[in-house]
Amino acid sequence: MNSAEIQAIYVMWLRHVKRFVRARSRLIANVIQPFFFLAFLGMGLRPINFPGLPSGLVYLDFLTPGMIAMSVIFSSMFAGLSVIWDRQFGFLKETLIAPVSRISIVIGKTLGGSTVALIQGIVILIAGMLLGARISIPGTIPAFIFMLLIAFFAVGLGLSIAVTLKDPDVFSLIMNLLMMPLIFLSTAFFPLESVSDWLRTIMYLNPLTYLVDGLRGFLIGSSSIPLVVDLSVALGLCASTTVLGAYMFSRSEA
Amino acid sequence: MGIVEARGLTRVYDGLVAVDHIDLDVEEGEIFGFLGPNGAGKTTTIKMLTTLLRPTEGEARICGYDVIRQPSQVRRVIGVVFQDPALDDRLTGWENLDFHARLYGLGKREREERIEEVLRLVDLSEWADELVENYSGGMRRRLEIARGLIHWPKVLFLDEPTLGLDVQTRRAIWEYILALNKREGVTVFLTTHYMEEADYLSHRVAIIDHGRILAVDEPRNLKDMIGGDVVIVGCSDPRPLAEELRRQSWVKGVEAHGGELSIYVDHGEKKIPEIIMVAERLGVSVDSVLLRKPTLEDVYLRFTGRRIREEAADAVEKMRNRAMRRWRR
Repeated sequence: MNSAEIQAIYVMWLRHVKRFVRARSRLIANVIQPFFFLAFLGMGLRPINFPGLPSGLVYLDFLTPGMIAMSVIFSSMFAGLSVIWDRQFGFLKETLIAPVSRISIVIGKTLGGSTVALIQGIVILIAGMLLGARISIPGTIPAFIFMLLIAFFAVGLGLSIAVTLKDPDVFSLIMNLLMMPLIFLSTAFFPLESVSDWLRTIMYLNPLTYLVDGLRGFLIGSSSIPLVVDLSVALGLCASTTVLGAYMFSRSEA
Repeated sequence: MGIVEARGLTRVYDGLVAVDHIDLDVEEGEIFGFLGPNGAGKTTTIKMLTTLLRPTEGEARICGYDVIRQPSQVRRVIGVVFQDPALDDRLTGWENLDFHARLYGLGKREREERIEEVLRLVDLSEWADELVENYSGGMRRRLEIARGLIHWPKVLFLDEPTLGLDVQTRRAIWEYILALNKREGVTVFLTTHYMEEADYLSHRVAIIDHGRILAVDEPRNLKDMIGGDVVIVGCSDPRPLAEELRRQSWVKGVEAHGGELSIYVDHGEKKIPEIIMVAERLGVSVDSVLLRKPTLEDVYLRFTGRRIREEAADAVEKMRNRAMRRWRR
């Protein structure tokens, strides 16, 4: 990889981050939903003792990693939406016609989307801590890396979907129809141990379960699935959607 | 060898032939106009020449690089201003240019100098730090032209550079195009469906319709093909004047309609005095003289049997504007 490609990756990243910093309304919109869940569900359900909740933990402790994962996933997927916007505005052509490889462009976009997602995840983490969630401080370092894996996975998925679409509304629809159920059917909101067998089977089939569970393992020191399994699934998902996203994007015509 | 060369270039979309075996030879340093109505295949041709679309058949070379086999070399030597705006609204003018300069691998120092230079060329230096969303349509187009030039391309492709702009802005853009062609020495390949634009800017014009090139030449030669100028003379006694003029070797034809004569000649402005002299000799008094030069519109009419589909183009523009408004929400 030569310096021109690195430059291209950097500039794609820079653009994504700059746009994010300038669109404050989007930051708020993306963070507000997980924040409300955290504040209202976390506070409202505080006295309830969920079956399967590890002893010594309250619901808010459990919910915080789930909401961080949710905000990282949503924010990353929206990096895919930016491809559709770029296509609509014509800006995509400017990048497709540049004398750099498509792979560099995808890497830059992925890093940009992940950076933004990580920032939003950290905002939710801080919000959770301010609300009183007990977070393992040493656990935050591996948790950040895990959040990045989640982000890579979701950016890749978002890109793969976005490349095939022209209409941003359809993308939003897919997000709501596909991602919301997946989030609810992961362990973001309630523990694996608290549900019936058939629902648990579905949750085990849901890749997001492992992402949420792994993040929770690092942040509050309690996971339902062994961390090694969570990490392996996360790495596998992350590799496959990144490759898929890069492949789909490299084949796209303006 | 031309700087842009195409042989039998063809693109088929779902059985529909958008570009049909066209040959092109654009010479270095010229402004080459690609004139045709919307849907004639202009944008498809540009997309193939700029490596954004694969030709179904045929081949094309830019500066000797093959657009199919050497796309990245081609991309390095071309600048492109697309028909649809391709700027990032959320970035400033300067940032848009910086983004481009980095993508094309310019170093820091080079970038700063070049960005200032191209901004000056299109008179946008004072607006450099303004977000593009606050730019007018004409300013956006100028910024895009500046961006297309940053990496010192050998060929600048402009796809309908003045589409959707008002008349004054269009004129201004024309002057910028002439200036960059002269100062930067860059070859310009522009598509347009505006006759005056092709006529005013191009050294040579290709007329394209239904994916085929119908004629390629200098605008003046194309117009001469129509058969020269028409001098329309209003006079007191047309009949003897018509008879006398028909005997002159330099007159190609005379038609009388009422009190007026339409006289077909080459270089009409030089023949007017002679026509008046003939009239005086016969004692015919001339009341009025009108010289009509053929326009590219006449040329177009001659080659296609139709006027250029301006109405269709307007409809497309309206749709585009509506789409843009939807987007700006």
